[in-house]
Amino acid sequence: MRHIISVLLENESGSLSRVSGLFSARGYNIESLTVAPTNDETLSRMTIVTNGDDRKIDQIEKQLFKLVDVAALQDITVNQHLEREVVLVKVSIGSENGDQQSAKEELDRVADAFNASLIDVSDQVFILELAGSSQKVDELLKALANLQIIEVARSGATGLTSSEKPLTVPPTSAG
Amino acid sequence: MQLTGADIVVRSLKEEGVEYVFGYPGGAALHIYDAFHRQDDVEHILVRHEQGATHAADGFARATGKPGVVLVTSGPGVTNAITGIATAYMDSIPMVVLSGQVMKPLIGYDAFQEIDAVGISRPCVKHNFLIQHVEDIATTIKKAFHVATSGRPGPVLIDIPKDITADVTEFLYPAEIEMRSYPPAPTAQPREIVTAVEATLNAKRPIVYTGGGVVLAKAQEELREFVKRLGFPCTNTLMGLGAYPHDDPLFVGMLGMHGTYEANKAMHEADLIIAIGARFDDRITGTLNGFAPNAKVLHVDIDPSVIDKNIMSDIAIIGDAKETLVLLNQELERRSDDINPELIKDWWAQIQDWRGVDSLQYEYSDTLIKPQYVVQKLHEITDGEAYVTSDVGQHQMFAAQFYGFSDTHKWINSGGLGTMGFGLPAAMGVKFAHRDADVACITGEGSIQMCIQEMATCKQYDLPVKIVNLNNRYLGMVRQWQEFNYEKRYSNSYMDSLPDFVKLAEAYGHVGMVIENPADVEGALREAFAMKDRLVFMDFITDRTENVYPMIEAGKAHHEMRLRPGMNDK
Repeated sequence: MRHIISVLLENESGSLSRVSGLFSARGYNIESLTVAPTNDETLSRMTIVTNGDDRKIDQIEKQLFKLVDVAALQDITVNQHLEREVVLVKVSIGSENGDQQSAKEELDRVADAFNASLIDVSDQVFILELAGSSQKVDELLKALANLQIIEVARSGATGLTSSEKPLTVPPTSAG
Repeated sequence: MQLTGADIVVRSLKEEGVEYVFGYPGGAALHIYDAFHRQDDVEHILVRHEQGATHAADGFARATGKPGVVLVTSGPGVTNAITGIATAYMDSIPMVVLSGQVMKPLIGYDAFQEIDAVGISRPCVKHNFLIQHVEDIATTIKKAFHVATSGRPGPVLIDIPKDITADVTEFLYPAEIEMRSYPPAPTAQPREIVTAVEATLNAKRPIVYTGGGVVLAKAQEELREFVKRLGFPCTNTLMGLGAYPHDDPLFVGMLGMHGTYEANKAMHEADLIIAIGARFDDRITGTLNGFAPNAKVLHVDIDPSVIDKNIMSDIAIIGDAKETLVLLNQELERRSDDINPELIKDWWAQIQDWRGVDSLQYEYSDTLIKPQYVVQKLHEITDGEAYVTSDVGQHQMFAAQFYGFSDTHKWINSGGLGTMGFGLPAAMGVKFAHRDADVACITGEGSIQMCIQEMATCKQYDLPVKIVNLNNRYLGMVRQWQEFNYEKRYSNSYMDSLPDFVKLAEAYGHVGMVIENPADVEGALREAFAMKDRLVFMDFITDRTENVYPMIEAGKAHHEMRLRPGMNDK
């Protein structure tokens, strides 16, 4: 089963490699991994999308929490949650006049249907942007299959629970 | 007080109560070595190879419970230390490793003796640090000792660029530090204790299985009280030997791949396994499919990640072994009227029957020295009170099976990583901790050659370790597996061109002996241990074909042990 794990990580050099190293060393699957600063500059928020049965996910959470740089974590998929991924798709609509027009129409139709934006426009090459669940992104790419996709950049999923209670760092340990 | 970074390193170690630092100098660490030269509070022990430094610090830590401390230089200093760091990591040994690093402006430019120490050590440390500013040295060292010694212990590496050790700042060792992302170890909950004790009171076929966690928590007294209150059979893992006295009737011996028949059979047939400070590693469980089919599992460990990792638990208690055992004993005291020895009477009868198999038996020979016999005689001559280190292989198993330990912290071996070369440097570390105690290193002619250079360190610091070399001219455990699984194709397990160990010991300034007849074993051991102030290398020429029995072979379960040929299963 697919799980989205949110991690609050100390914003230290090397902490990203501790997490990615853990996944490769223990053979855990990573579908996507994103990391960026938060409103607290000492913490980064990482979102890992992974797969596994309950026992595997339990191990992943325990092993992650064992990392000294991991301050807090939560499997957001066990609760009501929102998931967003940004995708940029570069599409070519070709050069021949007739084909070009029908391709542009097709592109507009798909963009409309998915509520995606055309954020870069030239004679033949367009860049389409969509923010949505990873599933919606997959569907967009499928819908564009008849057009000539030049390249795709996906951000990987990030997400939040709908709960009022944020993911927070537990009380401090003193030594 | 204004001090250089190098002086701050050494002063911080003093503040942590460090007596010995095991290390080897080199360019990036030279400011720190200069700081060592300026003081007498912390003694630096010069080894002959960085692997030896880490094993010596490890041996010191295992024999005392205090963290071992290592200092190495950058590049090859770090890479040579990795084997010893990984050894400590796998056995959860508290250790702090300080490594020199090239100057900050050179990091990332493939400078001379540059290696990404934080990167290369990351998979085998509990945590590591790269210090960026001289102001951070004291706090980082404080954090490193805290992380290394608390919770489930482990090695922590601190990488220090050379220029930072020359920078100057005010020295103030912090009394406390804050680590918000390293929460304190959890403690057992009262309800879990009640449930756990209830399970023990109802068990008809229980067994207590304990590992290195009981040693690390210094919980042997609490464990003994727990086992005796219940009258349950107790088995220890390779890492846990000594936690329960070897000669107590409730002790059924070591379990696992080379454990006793009764310990493994009892695990297989149990209806309740009480695992304390143990992690159901593959050398303990045999095949997971066939593991203890009818047992409820009560699992106590300080590390939540070992719970339900290999074996699912029915009752899990996350907490320190000692604290948890104290609580369990209190609850057992409260419920003492409910302890019913009748309930486990049949179980004990069954265990005695298995014990009757005498699975460790071997045939004494008048002509060939049996390795088991040497270990038994070593026990006699040292009254079972020596600190015994070992390397890895058959001799390690013979030591575990035959020495007979009565206390924790006395059996010192590389259980998790299985590191050949561990025994001699570990024995040095033990000797620094216990100057007047007998320290024996049980080894083989393969393992001893992996760190034999440390005989020079033993000379320099007067460390009268007794080396018991069980020399069968084979990499014995490899040969045994080849005999069993590869139709006796002994590929590269034969040790040709061995050195003359007597001359070698003498060349290092020690005493060497070669013993070829069984009749001479006892006398040689007595003579060696009588030389209190000398390192004695005893080269026992043993039976070449002796194997370690019983054995749970790959893919087999606890009840499918291979016994010595000619012995009958029950």
